[in-house]
Amino acid sequence: MPEAIIRTAAPLPAREQLETLVSDILGEARRQGASAAEAAVSFSSALSVSVRLGQVDTLEHHRQRGLGVTAYVGQSRGSASTADWRPEAIRDTVQSAVAIARHTAADPYAGLADAARLARETPALDLYHPWPLSAEDAIELARDCEAAALAHDPRIRNSEGASVATHAGLAIYGNSHGFYGGYPTTRHSLSCSVIARDERGMQRDHWYTLARDPMALEEPASVGREAARRALRQLGSRQLATRQVPVLFAPELARGLIGHFTAAVRGGALYRKASFLLGRLGTAVFPPFVTLRERPHLPKGLASAPFDNEGVATADRDLVSGGVLQGYVLDSYSARRLGMETTGNAGGIHNLIVEPGPSDRDALLRQMGTGLWVTHLLGYSVNLVTGDYSRGAAGFWVENGAPAYPVDQITIAGNLDEMFKRIVAVGNDVDARSGIRCGSLLLERMTVAGE
Amino acid sequence: MTMDSLALARQQLLVPAGLGEDDLQRTLSCLLGHAIDGGDLYFQLRRAESWSLEDGEVKQASHAIQQGVGVRAVSGEKTGFAYSDELVPPALLEAATAARAIARHGGGGSLQAWRTGGRAALYPPLDPLETLSAEAKIRLLEQVDAEARRQDPRVTQVMVSLAATHDTILVAGSDGTLAGDVRPLVRLSVTVIVERQGRREQGSSGGGGRFGYGRFLEQDRALWHAREAVRLALVNLEAVAAPAGTLPVVLGPGWPGILLHEAIGHGLEGDFNRKGTSAFSGRIGERVASPWCTVVDDGTLPERRGSLTVDDEGTPTQCTTLIERGVLKGYLQDKLNARLMNAASTGNGRRESYAHLPLPRMTNTYLLAGESDPAEILASVERGLYAVNFGGGQVDITSGKFVFSASEAYLIENGRVTRPVKGATLIGNGPDVLTRVSMVGNDLELDAGVGTCGKDGQSVPVGVGQPTLKIDALTVGGTQA
Repeated sequence: MPEAIIRTAAPLPAREQLETLVSDILGEARRQGASAAEAAVSFSSALSVSVRLGQVDTLEHHRQRGLGVTAYVGQSRGSASTADWRPEAIRDTVQSAVAIARHTAADPYAGLADAARLARETPALDLYHPWPLSAEDAIELARDCEAAALAHDPRIRNSEGASVATHAGLAIYGNSHGFYGGYPTTRHSLSCSVIARDERGMQRDHWYTLARDPMALEEPASVGREAARRALRQLGSRQLATRQVPVLFAPELARGLIGHFTAAVRGGALYRKASFLLGRLGTAVFPPFVTLRERPHLPKGLASAPFDNEGVATADRDLVSGGVLQGYVLDSYSARRLGMETTGNAGGIHNLIVEPGPSDRDALLRQMGTGLWVTHLLGYSVNLVTGDYSRGAAGFWVENGAPAYPVDQITIAGNLDEMFKRIVAVGNDVDARSGIRCGSLLLERMTVAGE
Repeated sequence: MTMDSLALARQQLLVPAGLGEDDLQRTLSCLLGHAIDGGDLYFQLRRAESWSLEDGEVKQASHAIQQGVGVRAVSGEKTGFAYSDELVPPALLEAATAARAIARHGGGGSLQAWRTGGRAALYPPLDPLETLSAEAKIRLLEQVDAEARRQDPRVTQVMVSLAATHDTILVAGSDGTLAGDVRPLVRLSVTVIVERQGRREQGSSGGGGRFGYGRFLEQDRALWHAREAVRLALVNLEAVAAPAGTLPVVLGPGWPGILLHEAIGHGLEGDFNRKGTSAFSGRIGERVASPWCTVVDDGTLPERRGSLTVDDEGTPTQCTTLIERGVLKGYLQDKLNARLMNAASTGNGRRESYAHLPLPRMTNTYLLAGESDPAEILASVERGLYAVNFGGGQVDITSGKFVFSASEAYLIENGRVTRPVKGATLIGNGPDVLTRVSMVGNDLELDAGVGTCGKDGQSVPVGVGQPTLKIDALTVGGTQA
């Protein structure tokens, strides 16, 4: 047996090595005349395998380094990055950043985060759970997963395969205020995609499990069976006639709607006046039963972080409470432009929890009675300036509170501002495989286009 | 490929690392020593920059260097892959050891002598980052901003960005492939926001290709994009709700060719067809379009964004006919899928970077010109949609269902283009949408050079094109039921 087959993902370098690099970069920036600087150094390593129809398809070893610096010369700034950690590369990269900063216009809002807002301590968030998985074990897990899908039903005739991936990373951020912070993280996944076929055609669907801790992953066979069930139930899909109906979004799609909301209350969209939620702070954006809580310190959370990409301490808050918009999603730059304070969201939102309602999916289907249950979306026609929303969809036509038949080749359309207000229920069937944790969302009405 | 490109690639990638061709041979031998059918090494050095303007000033810019080598070992249908961002012999051997672990039995390929082919480069081997000074780049961005603001007092925001990459690659394969390519790529993008009585709309335009920045200065090309972005935003200010339902749709020339990319191109990529997972699987020789439709994927168009002198496996690109007068003709292949399907690579093996595996991907995909006058096509529609600009698209390869999103569209009423309508998704079924094409215009255009295609998490630059064409029935996802 070749020696490499027992290899797992490559080990992470020592944290001190990365801290030294950050310190070298900041020192080099100072030497080259930068008045302030910030730098990030990262290392990541991954092993991924995919198996198709029982045979190994790919075995990939990933190992990636990164180094990025932003240099400030007064209020002007420049950024540069490289994957090369040698001293001469650091010198050249800093030189590129400083050279850019000497050309760009002074920006009164540019600069490091205010020192007072930087994280003083790094709470332990339990984000690092390395998986000492050999390539052979990974292949076995993927085989088990796909085999369960293929054995589920004779109509599961083909497969795009099952994959197992384990990823570990370490990133250190530092700036010339003297802030240094970083921590290792892991992320593991198992996914399966299979094809169901009968005389009416082919349907493909997939399922996956994703977690910081391998112990929290769903069983391989259960992932495979769910992929098979999902592909099967879509067989025989037909179009609907054009109409206006209630729509139930499955949790993995509902979180996308909430994602459009967070994108529209992001500082960059607001100061550019490129958001349909401009000037809506303190007003009702959702119905009163909708509450969105940001919880950056959830142990093992997929979007947990003790500080943001500028070193600003993260903290719990309610983004929406009783349907009312309580705050924006800001970094230091956009906050200064809006005359506000950063919300610690440089790099994004850190675990957004949509407070679940009392109903599970079946109860929501009964509540809807007649309408469309959407389980797939296709395309990206979402305009955050106007809120206009139009996407390809597939799912089920629901009658008498139960799925009647599968549908596809239809679109659903509306305006996000109205869609948010027309949410009539939030499910308790929360999907935790994302930084946005949301259950199903039932909307009172959307336009469905079809035949 | 010219010897120039290969010589440049050697000089940029191998010489600084102290690597010679004997090191490449040794690494490939190390791969092949372990029951491996074949393999390749992909060296890459990519420099990229981006300058962006907002509030009338260039306040942000960045520069990035990416360098590394990807090592691939293939055994039957299995692929082993590893890469390193250090271009030194020990790192190469380590990557080769990791990649060859895929093989348990079988094969045992032999190392072929280098073959370096002859094909003239489709674009100059220049470094586009160096084709303008920093001052001139900033001036260009400021001129675009001023031109946009000059168009209309309702313009409230103008965002302009200028970006370039200088990509140098060298591929060495156990099959004797030894190829180099120097790939310039530039892009200009303009987005404006207009406001009237509290209603805000956005418009975008952009262009680019495999040449230097200087091209944007010729014939006012950059300023044209400023005017076009404002025009689009102003059209959207007047837009009413789009119709919902199935109706005749006339697509304008150029970028609407994203139809072909989504509805046809992806479904004909070799990997999906080898695995039998595409709605087009096993349908070569069948009629999948009306007789007016001939669709090609052409990687050989000089200086186009989607073109490559050689693909990322060192195979010269070509013009592949996908559909000829309505009949399905061929697939897009990389080396792996071609071998497993007993076909030849069509020069469509592409990868995002050394850190990604090659996949069969499109280059420039378009539908050839027909004979109809575009005005005659519009006049033939009693009530329908005329869609001329699009955002992105997506396809489900297996069910064949695809979407593409109109960003500029108008109603057609009694053969005349009337009111603009809001953006909407159009949805159809790949294997039958082109059977409903009843008229094809004589006005073939390719897009302006801004397309990026995503597949398996990998992004590559592509092009699309088509003449004006009429689809008798397509589902339009508006709100006006």
